[in-house]
Formats: sequence, structure tokens, C-alpha cells
Amino acid sequence: MQSTYVHPHYAHVPPTDDGARHKVVVVGGGLVGLTTALDLAHRGQQVVLLDDDETVSVGSRAISFAKRTLEIYARLGLGARLLGKGVTWNVGQVFFGDRSIFAFDLLAEPGHQYPAFVNLQQYYLEQWLVEACQATGLVDLRWRNRVVAVENRPDAVDLTIEVPGGSYRLTAEWVLACDGAHSFVRETLGLPFVGKVFRDRFLIADVLMKAGFPAERWFWFDPPFHRGGSVLLHRQADDVWRIEFQLGWDSDPEAERAPDRVCARVRAMLGPDVPFELEWLSIYTFRCRRLEKFRHGRILFLGDAAHQVSPFGARGGNSGVQDADNLAWKLLAVLRGDAPQTLLDTYDEERAAAADENILASTRSTDFITPKNEAARAYRDAVLELSEQHAFARPLVNSGRLSEPAVLRASRLNTPDAGSWTGGLPPGAPAADAPVVCDGREDWLLRHLTADGFTLLLFGTPDEAPAAALTAPAGRTRQGAWPVRSVFVSPVEGDGVLWDREGLAAARYDAQSGTAVLLRPDQHVAARWRSFDAVAVAAARRRALGITGDERQRIPA
Amino acid sequence: MSTLDLTPRLTDPDTLFEALVEAHRGLAPDASRRLDAKLVLLLANHIGDGDVVQQAIAAAIGNPAATPAAPSDTA
Repeated sequence: MQSTYVHPHYAHVPPTDDGARHKVVVVGGGLVGLTTALDLAHRGQQVVLLDDDETVSVGSRAISFAKRTLEIYARLGLGARLLGKGVTWNVGQVFFGDRSIFAFDLLAEPGHQYPAFVNLQQYYLEQWLVEACQATGLVDLRWRNRVVAVENRPDAVDLTIEVPGGSYRLTAEWVLACDGAHSFVRETLGLPFVGKVFRDRFLIADVLMKAGFPAERWFWFDPPFHRGGSVLLHRQADDVWRIEFQLGWDSDPEAERAPDRVCARVRAMLGPDVPFELEWLSIYTFRCRRLEKFRHGRILFLGDAAHQVSPFGARGGNSGVQDADNLAWKLLAVLRGDAPQTLLDTYDEERAAAADENILASTRSTDFITPKNEAARAYRDAVLELSEQHAFARPLVNSGRLSEPAVLRASRLNTPDAGSWTGGLPPGAPAADAPVVCDGREDWLLRHLTADGFTLLLFGTPDEAPAAALTAPAGRTRQGAWPVRSVFVSPVEGDGVLWDREGLAAARYDAQSGTAVLLRPDQHVAARWRSFDAVAVAAARRRALGITGDERQRIPA
Repeated sequence: MSTLDLTPRLTDPDTLFEALVEAHRGLAPDASRRLDAKLVLLLANHIGDGDVVQQAIAAAIGNPAATPAAPSDTA
């Protein structure tokens, strides 16, 4: 059926290191496993990646990559490729019955390098990730390697791996389980994966067509061509369009899978004169659930292996990528002896909170899209009818709350605010991008953040900058591993500064002259101050590395 | 946090009651239900205070524990 994409074939190479010990083994070569491996390799870490298949994902699967995800991939060198091949979109439209009731713009403000969303079939991104992993020379990609036994010991994990013609064993200091919703690692450890099953069924039809629809997310409640259900239309690359039909719990999945029946549904929607071809189809039900803990000794769970959400809101793939972004630098800091192992517990704390946010949002979307009883339906339809005329009702319409990055508010790595702030980015928030001018060229703030350490954004004109910060390369803010690098963000042009010509950086960070913002290696805010203080910066850096008073004796910082 | 006002505030309660009932005349049960839902949403937005609406929900359910006590200075 699939005509626009040819799956690459990755050759299995028989293993030659039976019984070997590796620092990091990633289990699962899907979107999240590959992203995790690439992030670690980008930071200089060797990784073994085991995947039980020999190609990338089949079917379009995750299609909407959010701004924060795009910024993470920009850091990993894939940003331009995603923008080039993917379909950029910012606008969503909501229909009720036969009427368009309103449109919304997810990126209403200008001055961001990346759009609210780019739609792209998951297999493209996986293929690029494989190529990028290979290019680092640090990722040992092992295809047709299926983990069949796991022993989680206190100081290492033993893995038994089945390969064509036999099996072998590896020992890993750390195992990153990225093996998806049906995670073998999770199941073999007997870890409960609890949550909620939704009594509904959806049909995904990816169709190939030259259609005149704009690159927007269109969502119908109860349209004339699919009475009683909801329908989503979304454009992907290669003129492939994702169409999702809500089928209801009583539908017969086998009958609905028949291509004739699917084509009839699509034709009813598009009209008789729009030619199309079926590219892929799938029928799914879904759950919202998560592991209680994402860290179990030396095994860490990421992506769908750790948490599962409903697809409304594009929170599955995007949250998995943020898991990788959160964990990679922490694992590296622990592996290199720069941070205590307890830093890895903060991966669990921070990303479990994010998973809860995603589960809550996607559960609420699902409850709006599939009303559970007559009262829920009455409220839902009341909201939809009111929203056509009245702006107040539009924020109540929930066709999926589209993925936004988690603000890690409660993290113990944050240094709580002192001083007065009227907004901006609180500790735990991901860094905001802004247009800047650097050495006379148009540029973007995020491109100047350092990945192998901390970045201190110092706002103000260079002649106001504190001497201690100016001498930072040799001064007190520069520590051995994971150093703090100062970046000056100035309202006037000058050598060695980012010129905040439009004032958007200062506005987004609620910055005044003298404001200092410390960013972690994953670009989240660790601390902020109204004025620079080298001792406070050093303390906030230690705190963000999970180094408490006791550990200062042992961990070289 | 604002407190749900449970003291009599309507100057013409009979007219209001009649208007509410009248609005439903001739409506099928599902349309009637939707009308009430719209009224609730319109009024909730006008109130603009989620806490007050939560107290109203609790009062409507008849949960005395969730209904705020009357201010102590009223007789």
C-alpha cells in the first residue's frame, strides 16, 4: 500500500563481543531510543543500541513534532532537515456539523526560529536519526537483536540477547529501556503499568492525494460525512494526509479495516471527485498510563515504555523526545563522576511530573471528544454551539491540547526565585528562543546555548556587565566539568554580545539590565537573579547537578 | 478566594424562575439539557471565578461539607 517511502534495510551483523561490558545500552531503536543514543553520542558517549527489527517504523505513527522537540533536534543537528521535509503548520480549525466554528493560531507571536509544529512521518525522522547516529561513530547499532532476559543487579544489568542463529550476553552499567508501549524490559521486571483504558476505537487512514486543503489541523465534531463521530485531517510530507475517524466502541475492527470500507469513508469526506490512494491504515484503541517510577536501579525507562497517552495533542512522541533530552546529560554527568547517581532520580521526578501533565491533558481531550454520558455530551455540544458566536467558549473546546513542553516547577534541581519577577521564565521552564544579531548577522538565541555545560544569560549593555562575569572563562563561574559559559544579551550592538535588537529576548525572560539566567545543559532554567553574583551562580550550578553539601566532598566540581 | 453568595439577591425571583422554565418550552430532553448547559457556561464565564463555580457545584450536589459556611456575622 505504501508508495511514497521505501524502508531502508539495516543489515544484521553477528555479535563478536559475547560477555562484554558496556557503559550504556539502549534497548529499542524507535524514535526515542535513537534520539537518546544520538544525544549521548553528541556529548561524546559511546552507546550500544539494540533493536529487534531491521528497519525504521512502519506506518506514519507520530506525525506532529512540536516547537520544543524541533529545538531539541536543532541541538542534535536535525532541525533544518525537519523544517525542509516536514510540513510547517501553526493554525488549527474546528468544525461542528457542517460549519467551521473557529480557527486558532498556536504561534501567534513572531520571533521564533521554529514553528509551533512540523508534521512528518515518523519513519523519515527515524531514518535520519540512524544516519546521524552512524555519523558520530559512537553508536553501535545492532539490528535484529532482541532482548530476552534482563537481570537488574545493584551495580550493572545483565542482558541476554537473541540474534539470528543464537543468543549472546552483554553487561551494561546502564540500560535505557526505550522499547515502547509493550516494553519487554518493563514486563520482564514485572513492573505495573497502570492507568485508564478508553472505550473508543479510531481508524487512521493515511491517504495520498493532491488536495487543495491548507497545511492546517482540521478537526470535525459530528460532521455530515461521519455523523456522531469526530474526524481529524492533517497534512504530512509527500502529499500524504492523515485522516482519523472516531469509530466508537461498538464498531467491528475487522470489518472497519476492509480497504473498501475505509475508501468509502474517505470518499464521503472528500467528495466523489477527489482522487486518492490509501497509503496506510490502522485501527487503534488507547490507554493513558505510566510506570510509577521511571528509574529502577540501573534501568531507566523512556518514552512509551514509561508512559502512554492518547494521541490527541501529539504528546506521545514529543514527550519521549523530551525524556531523552532530560536524561542524556544527567547520565553523562553521572558516568563521568561529575554528579551523584541521585541526579538520575531527578529524571524520574521531572519526567514523571511531565507525564502526569500529558496524561491529564490527553485524558481531558479524550473525554471531550468522546462524551461518556448524556450530560457530558450536552456540555460538549453546548460549548461547540456557543463557540461559533462567542469567543469566551472557544478555550473550552478541546480537540486535543497540543503538546507544550513541561515546566519542571517542582524540581529539586531548581534554585527558587528571589527578587521580584513579573513573568518571564521561572526555574524549570525550557529556554525561550528569540531573534538576535551576532557579529552583524541575524541569528537565534538558542543557537548560542552550550550543550556540554551551563549557559549564563547576562542581560544589559556590555559596559554594565559585572567584572566577575566578564572574566568568567578564568573566573569563579567556570568550573571543571559542565562549566558555566556566559552569553551577553545586549540592547545595543557590540563585540561578543548577542544584540537583542527587537527586545524580545529581554521580554521573554522578563529581563532588566543586570538580570542573569542560568540554563542547564538541556536548556531548562536552573535559576535566575536580578543581578549577577558569582557565588550564587556556582551554588545554583552545583544544585542543578544534584550535588548537595555531602557530595561536595566526593564529587569533583 | 471569593465565597459563593447564598443569600437572597434576586429582586424579582418569580420573573426569573418563569424565564428559566419558559426557555425550555417545547424542547426535546436533549435540547433542553443542552440549553441548561449553555446557561451554566455563560453564567460561569460571567462569574469568571473557578472557585465560586466549584462551590456552586458542591452546593448544587447538596454536599454540606463542600458548601462554605455562612459568614459568622450574619444572624
